[in-house]
Amino acid sequence: MKTFTYTITEPVGIHARPAGLLVKEIKKYQSAVTIIKGEKSVNALKLMALMGMGIKCGDSVTVQLEGADEDAAATALEEFFKTNL
Amino acid sequence: MITIQGKGVSAGVGMGPLYFYRRATATISRREVADTVAEWQRFKGAQTTAITQLGELAEKARAEAGDEAAMLFETHQMMAEDLDYEEAIEEKINGEKLNAEAAVRDVAAQFAAMFESMDDPYMQARSADVKDVSDRIVGILSGVVQGGIASDVPVLLAADDLAPSETVQMDKTKILGFVTAGGSGSSHTAILARTMGIPAIVGVGDALKPEYEGRTVIADGATGDVIVDPDDMTRDRMLKKRAEQLRLQRLLETLKGQPNETKDGKSIRIYCNIGSPEDLHAVDVNDGGGIGLFRSEFLYLNSKDYPTEDEQFEAYRKVLSGMDGKEVIIRTLDIGADKQIGYFNLPKEENPAMGMRALRICLTRPEIFQTQIRALYRASAYGKLGIMFPMVTSVWEVREAKRICTEVKRALKKEGIPYDEHVQLGIMIETPAAAIISDRLAKEVDFFSCGTNDLTQYTLACDRQNNDLGRFYDPHHPAVLRLIKLAAENAHKNGIWIGICGELGADLTLTETFLAMGIDELSVSPRAVLPLRNAVRMTDTRESAPRLLEAIEDEYPAN
Repeated sequence: MKTFTYTITEPVGIHARPAGLLVKEIKKYQSAVTIIKGEKSVNALKLMALMGMGIKCGDSVTVQLEGADEDAAATALEEFFKTNL
Repeated sequence: MITIQGKGVSAGVGMGPLYFYRRATATISRREVADTVAEWQRFKGAQTTAITQLGELAEKARAEAGDEAAMLFETHQMMAEDLDYEEAIEEKINGEKLNAEAAVRDVAAQFAAMFESMDDPYMQARSADVKDVSDRIVGILSGVVQGGIASDVPVLLAADDLAPSETVQMDKTKILGFVTAGGSGSSHTAILARTMGIPAIVGVGDALKPEYEGRTVIADGATGDVIVDPDDMTRDRMLKKRAEQLRLQRLLETLKGQPNETKDGKSIRIYCNIGSPEDLHAVDVNDGGGIGLFRSEFLYLNSKDYPTEDEQFEAYRKVLSGMDGKEVIIRTLDIGADKQIGYFNLPKEENPAMGMRALRICLTRPEIFQTQIRALYRASAYGKLGIMFPMVTSVWEVREAKRICTEVKRALKKEGIPYDEHVQLGIMIETPAAAIISDRLAKEVDFFSCGTNDLTQYTLACDRQNNDLGRFYDPHHPAVLRLIKLAAENAHKNGIWIGICGELGADLTLTETFLAMGIDELSVSPRAVLPLRNAVRMTDTRESAPRLLEAIEDEYPAN
């Protein structure tokens, strides 16, 4: 299992478009990706649930990856967060 | 003649017969299905059709209204194929043996309620998207075709409100304008109407009666007036207005890519004022030459606590890389006075406009300032950055701010973090003090930018927020113009440049005067760029300059 934490800098938070792009990005890998904010966690493949977390600018989230390609997925997702969120 | 007042959200004049948009609503039966596998397949089929349709709509929207409009349908597409949404529907069909239409409707209501209960207005608005997507799927399932416009002639379209997919799907050649009962300036319909150049008025409530249908109506998207049965005089006046607007619009289109150059070959830079990275699109569309004022406050206002260095860095970097090497001037934190932020815990002041604000806060609490300056210098590696300090009154303030910049640069160098050595440092000229000692200030910085709103407020002792002051708050007052002229002279004597980033910059009645003063840059809201370019290109400073400059010094006609 791999994890990393990231603080959202996108002013409107994880809104529809980046959430959709994130889902697309995750689909490229086999690993299961969970996004955790505080006590809540969500399967990051689920767009509506992800948007329902209400993740805002300045929130710190933990991204947890588990699967055969978790190392590659973690590197790619970390880059994705930096560029889009 | 009946005049109804709404909120104009997309300028332009539309005139024609009023037509009420009728939504084809599918009546949905709830029933138990025996073959849940077949019912699930029926849903999957409709879902696939919806996804294909949305993809086509996205391309249509991209062609008609640009990437931003297309993005909306791409979002809808993602919702339609969302795993979460699909699973909830599957559960209804397989678990509760519900028919597909009712299952989709139920799940839509459930997700819409989730979005509505969120505290962020952006997320609340997404409930409309879920409903819109679900209505599409239900429509496909039940074979109902969504409402077109059953009229041979172009009409002024009235509706309670319009979903974005409805707006894009309509045949635009048949629409002279939109008038809706609900909606706001930031609603999708308003945004789409603006990008497509169709007049639109929202928020007329129930004033538009069904019996008006078919009668001649004029909608003025600039003023928000909806006129039913106009008399001949009104009709003539509005037709003239429409012709004038069309002429101007066409003219402005031809100005894209043209230089901001007067007839006698003097050029001026026309930049944009922006408030967040999201405004970059508008800068691009309106052909802005750079960013003359990026207000950094949004980072602080949208946050519950002080934004970190990394958060700030990312936002600044986004704008700098987005502008692709064009100049970007970022103003350091300008809060206090009318902009208050809770977590700063600023003491309550009797007279906040003259109190602890902007650079004064930054120099009193240098830790906040250092964080911002570090973020700015780190971002400077990604484009052409200028840093501007607001609310300067004394030379020592500028020296202290510059010292902090030097310290930050030294630290970055030590840590091996890249930054641009040639970041220009400038100040706002927005107090009479700064204008009067601009000869000395010019020796300290690389540029000036006049903030004319505050400069007017402080020069004329008129509170900007007080609407009763009306005629006393006169930005054309010779005292204000003389201060700008003085600052311009001192800037040029010392080999630095001067711009104007307040509202006065976009005031076309002063463009010739500013050109006469030799102002180097005007920074205005993106939509004002092309009208301003037009005004510059009409000017011949050889004719007007001496007279205008004399007018400021001698008897100014207005006073």
